[in-house]
Amino acid sequence: MTQAIPYDIAIIGGGIMGCATALRVAEGGMTAIVLDQGDLGQGASGVNAGTLSLQIKRVKLMPYALRGHHLWEQMGDAVGFAKTGGFTLAFTPREADMLHERQTLKAEAGAPIEFVANNRLRDAEPHLTHKVQAASFCAEDGYANSSLTGRYYRGRLQDANIPYREGCKVTAIKEGAPFELSTPQGTIRATRILLAAGAWLKPLAALLNVDLPVNARVNTVSVTERMPPLIRSVIGHATGLLTMKQKANGTVLIGGGWQGRGTPQEGRGTVDAHTVRPNLALAQYAVPALGSARVLRSWTGFEANVPDFYPLAGPLPGVPGAFVLGCVRGGYTIGPYIGQLMGDSILGREPEMPLFDPGRDFEKDTA
Amino acid sequence: MSTHHDIAVIGAGPAGGNAALVAARAGLDVVLLDEQPVPGGQVWRGKSPSIHSAPQTPESQSGDALRQALTESAVEQLTDARVWDIRRQDDRWALQVLRNGESHEVAASALILATGAREYVQPVPGWTTPGVIGLAGATALFKQSLTLPGTRTVVSGTGPLVFYVASEIRRLGGEVAAVVTPNTRGEWARALPAMAGQPRLLGRGALWVADLMLARVPILWGHAISEVFGGNSVTGVRARRLGENDPGQEFSADSVCVGHGLIPQIEAAQMLGVHILHDPALGGWVPEVQPDGATRVDGLYLTGDGCGIRGATAAALQGVLTGARVARDMGKSTHMPSLRPWRRAAKFGRAMTALSQPRASVAALTTDETIVCRCESLRRADILAEIAIGAQSTNAVKSGRRAGMGPCGGKYCQTAIAALIAAQTGKPLSEIAPPTPRPPLRPVPLSQAAGDFDYDDLPIPKPAPL
Repeated sequence: MTQAIPYDIAIIGGGIMGCATALRVAEGGMTAIVLDQGDLGQGASGVNAGTLSLQIKRVKLMPYALRGHHLWEQMGDAVGFAKTGGFTLAFTPREADMLHERQTLKAEAGAPIEFVANNRLRDAEPHLTHKVQAASFCAEDGYANSSLTGRYYRGRLQDANIPYREGCKVTAIKEGAPFELSTPQGTIRATRILLAAGAWLKPLAALLNVDLPVNARVNTVSVTERMPPLIRSVIGHATGLLTMKQKANGTVLIGGGWQGRGTPQEGRGTVDAHTVRPNLALAQYAVPALGSARVLRSWTGFEANVPDFYPLAGPLPGVPGAFVLGCVRGGYTIGPYIGQLMGDSILGREPEMPLFDPGRDFEKDTA
Repeated sequence: MSTHHDIAVIGAGPAGGNAALVAARAGLDVVLLDEQPVPGGQVWRGKSPSIHSAPQTPESQSGDALRQALTESAVEQLTDARVWDIRRQDDRWALQVLRNGESHEVAASALILATGAREYVQPVPGWTTPGVIGLAGATALFKQSLTLPGTRTVVSGTGPLVFYVASEIRRLGGEVAAVVTPNTRGEWARALPAMAGQPRLLGRGALWVADLMLARVPILWGHAISEVFGGNSVTGVRARRLGENDPGQEFSADSVCVGHGLIPQIEAAQMLGVHILHDPALGGWVPEVQPDGATRVDGLYLTGDGCGIRGATAAALQGVLTGARVARDMGKSTHMPSLRPWRRAAKFGRAMTALSQPRASVAALTTDETIVCRCESLRRADILAEIAIGAQSTNAVKSGRRAGMGPCGGKYCQTAIAALIAAQTGKPLSEIAPPTPRPPLRPVPLSQAAGDFDYDDLPIPKPAPL
């Protein structure tokens, strides 16, 4: 089962970044195919907490995040987008100092972040605890529904006539012109390849004998049953240990980067009750009325990173025709945009903003 | 607070109860946890303490014997206990247990899951009308509180349970409007050889049917309920002959008991890393497990209907096997019982499960407007639309439409949804796995899951890179 004409590009990984790149290169006239070991958008793209907050973005990535935000807004209802504004809370003087220092830098980088007085916070969020010491606000913040990622991009790929294969794990890659990818659904041939497999980039690149220094965090998210209205905006915490939002259907989504267990190589991660408990406790501390909500589900997703916590976006070192895209801190927000940049680069165009050389020295804090 | 035991058994039914007894008799320290107020599980369910006396049944006698044996044993019983999380922590299992409004941890070196079964009801128009309950749900009413589902009841569904429920309604003084079963007399006749090994159970079944026939209760073989009438409460049903263009006949009733077989509760085993296989004659997806309950996961054992629906008799025998296996694995010299009685009982149970399993002719009665996922009020048409735009798995339907994201976590809708995906995509059911199970094992109030919290104990991480 070998196709006669190689694709211009095979994209391995059907998350936001892989799909966004596929759409861009197809617009530019390339033939593309998207391969995913599971379903489209069921990795980090589909299980993250959906927070679209400029307050938790890296300073140097802020221009990318602002453009990403704009793209999410355009996707709108199809991805459950809601621009609610977001508060980041500090409960101690130390946290207040940290909040002030960090959000000032982010505001300078272009995020419309302001510091708000307690009376304004209470007017906006009457169910919040009165123990808040300081708060910042960003009107651009909001969320989308990450569960809809797979469905959204499946539709976009179909509309663009880009073939995709689900349940199609690439088990071997033969270098050459074209590349030959072994999958359970036959051999796929393509002139170029893009590795966009998120937390699975390391084992994927290893098929090409490239060692990418990719680590994975195992972030936990929990959701409650439907509740009466409790919070209107996205709630964050100065330490990053809490993100919280109430969806239109009343369910409350609780995250904050608490770590589950497992590695991408072992399959899916598992929730650790010992880290979920303080996460939920902190949510209840912020919004006491949440205590009576029943928690229905907790799950984990792998957030990939490299030692300098900047993206991998560019040619794969030492393998002509191979590219890599991933490890973007804030990848849910930035993914649709950086996928476009990656697509432009593969098309041979100058991207609107610089990419991030996967061959750089990761020990230096520069991009 | 954590207490450590040699073995924790989750589920105090025929399998879990017997496994606990055997292991405790071998000298091991066993804790037995169950959500119900007394041990017995579903089939051997205990009576409410408000009922002082009631005629005995074979189930109540078996249950009383188990409860008596447990009371006289060294097994520590934790009833009214809801296990909401299980994790492996070094060389032990850590269970988060909700009891008396508080969560605490129970730890054990070995874990036996005896999580039993749940009921499947194939959706038909009106099946969510108040007054419709499951067949197994009805048995819980009878056994625990001698309560009837209504004054005049249509009893419908597959396998032997439909006759047991109809017969119990009559014994407790209720009226059965009709018995409607998709099974044909031919199917029952073909199951006879497998049933011959359990003459006592076969005899009881014959008595149920004889009682109904003597009372001139209409028994509609090869039929199913195609619609339940009534807005706020049941007023009647229409029953149609399956596979034919039959306009059907109507029965007035104020209640309906309906069920299409039992499904093993495999989620806890799945979350702990046990592989699952598809076997329709055992109730669908079942965990990969040895007859004595051993799994490939170190220190984890499964027993009873949670391994595949074989019935209470087989479950009790398997519990004995599993208790002995765990005791041996933990270094106790114990008598290893023969597999033969379990095999005989399992053969009978398997034949009953094969008769009970969901079938396409009943699924065909679900209409586009029928609610399939009741937590999220999703109709069959909603599910089909999601499949039509490319969802090829239960996870994809769940992500796209929230089917399985409500309080039941997909326990009630996934069998129907998997069948719809199989029918639309042409894939066999064995390729449509259930959605990824998520903890908690049961919904748990946030304040109780959170437990005691001191803000100053919050482990402040290294700040994220700026």
